[in-house]
Amino acid sequence: MKIAVLVKQVPGSESPLIINSDHKWVDEGAIAYVMNESDNYALEEALQIRETKGEGEVVVVSLGPVRIQKVIREALAKGADRAIHIQMDTVGEVDPLLTASHFVNVLKEENFDLIFSGLQSDDVGMGQTGILIGELMDMATASLAIKTEVEDGYIKVKRELEAGWFQWVKMSLPASISIQSGLNTPRYPSLKGIMGAKKKEIKVVEPNSNKSKQSLEKVYLPQSDKQTVMIEGTVDQMVEKLIDTFRNDIKIF
Amino acid sequence: MKILIMLEDNNGKIHRMGLESIVAAQKMASELNGELGAVVMGKNADALADEAASYKLDEVIKVKDSLLDNYSADGYAEAVKQIIEKENPSYVLFGHSYQVRDYAPKVSAKLMQPFLVDNVAVKVENGKAVFTKQMFNAKLFSDIVPNGEGPYLISFQSAAFSSDALERGSASIIDANIDLDSSMIKTESEPPFKEEAGGLDLTAADLIVSVGRGIGKEENIPIAQDLATALGAELASSRPVVDAGWLPSAHQVGSSGQSVSPKMYLALGISGAIQHMVGMKGSKNIVAINKDPDAPIFEVADYGVVADVLELVPKLTEAL
Repeated sequence: MKIAVLVKQVPGSESPLIINSDHKWVDEGAIAYVMNESDNYALEEALQIRETKGEGEVVVVSLGPVRIQKVIREALAKGADRAIHIQMDTVGEVDPLLTASHFVNVLKEENFDLIFSGLQSDDVGMGQTGILIGELMDMATASLAIKTEVEDGYIKVKRELEAGWFQWVKMSLPASISIQSGLNTPRYPSLKGIMGAKKKEIKVVEPNSNKSKQSLEKVYLPQSDKQTVMIEGTVDQMVEKLIDTFRNDIKIF
Repeated sequence: MKILIMLEDNNGKIHRMGLESIVAAQKMASELNGELGAVVMGKNADALADEAASYKLDEVIKVKDSLLDNYSADGYAEAVKQIIEKENPSYVLFGHSYQVRDYAPKVSAKLMQPFLVDNVAVKVENGKAVFTKQMFNAKLFSDIVPNGEGPYLISFQSAAFSSDALERGSASIIDANIDLDSSMIKTESEPPFKEEAGGLDLTAADLIVSVGRGIGKEENIPIAQDLATALGAELASSRPVVDAGWLPSAHQVGSSGQSVSPKMYLALGISGAIQHMVGMKGSKNIVAINKDPDAPIFEVADYGVVADVLELVPKLTEAL
């Protein structure tokens, strides 16, 4: 069982986001980066499948500049066997078809049984790379996976539908599955894992020269037409004003 | 110039987000001077076509094929691809539903045409549509344009357009034939099922206290529960709290949980990810308490408090 996991490095949920003066992207130097949340779950699912089967290989595949080797090392420390780094600048890049084509170039060189990806990235959030890759490689695909069962030659996936509905979908391998957050409990790297990760291979490859099919024109702060009444003061004053708002404005008492 | 709208089936009725896409399409068509076609598929296509024909559209395209009776990503993607090739639209609009997230990227890959997803607005500049999408977990907005020749695939976020603005009319219904073959469908699907939500119906609640990641740890959940009890409110949560196992999934509000519209929605330490906001934007009064003044939740809040919930909430409960 050979599983590729696509892992992206994204700004942490509390990272500062400073828009560049040309409004084309954010200041990457100011960002505190982490592993994309749903990718972390996808990685854990792949590691658990390998451990349950007692055989196989988990390969991390990531795209981005040199800085992303931090999350690649983290994934290796958690137990991935090796990594492939498609090294390229991604400032202002938003086209998922282009991203998918970079991954396909690399993935087609190896015979993966499964390609796992997180449902969507917490930065650009296009939410389609894993499905695009599966389709471009003529594989079966499924999104929003919240449970997986791998058997000989096929995988069963419990998919999340809307409003509390679910569905089991079965497909032959190879398949590309996008993973929803929350389906397992991602591990932390062990000290031994961190030490061992230093010896694991990170193969660096070049991107292709395809062109973007969608472009970012500008990034800006949200414009809201809603007037928010801000309640300010010391904690005691805020408590008092909140209760007054509950009583006299929202009228819940 | 033609715009096609893909309408999703929701048990024999047009999915709410499909109606919202018709509104988006009507707006785009009036600004870009285009024709409008709506596409319905699947076992309820007849009923959906009749419903769609009552809106201001040029035509409703009905696609029936036994392989589309039950949803499959491959079947739907292939069918939509063939319709696009026949109709040659400039834009194909979708609601950004879970089903669309599952199959529409495959249409994009089959046609090698861009799919601009989850947009909250569209504006026309110099005869060209520019789409607005939230990024970085809704903390920033971005304007995105498709490159090259169409068709362009576009999806809109839930509630980006209000179906109250739907223009009525009378459209003709035409049948379209497509060529599907069972070998194209690589998955076998079991029937969808509903999982017991644990008996907690938040949709009927008048007051909701909802807790997010900002509560810090499972041991702090009682702080929110105590406030809910003091207010006579139901306790709800955002997805990360459920994912972490701090509350059962029955408490979850958002696209994968319940959609609520109480008199007051009090959000404690919830940053306001898109997936959460679509489930609570309809609340009559939204009060947000968060220590991050830039949290996106403040954009939808009627009342905002920048404070640490762990410090403020126990005092608030005590004062009630």
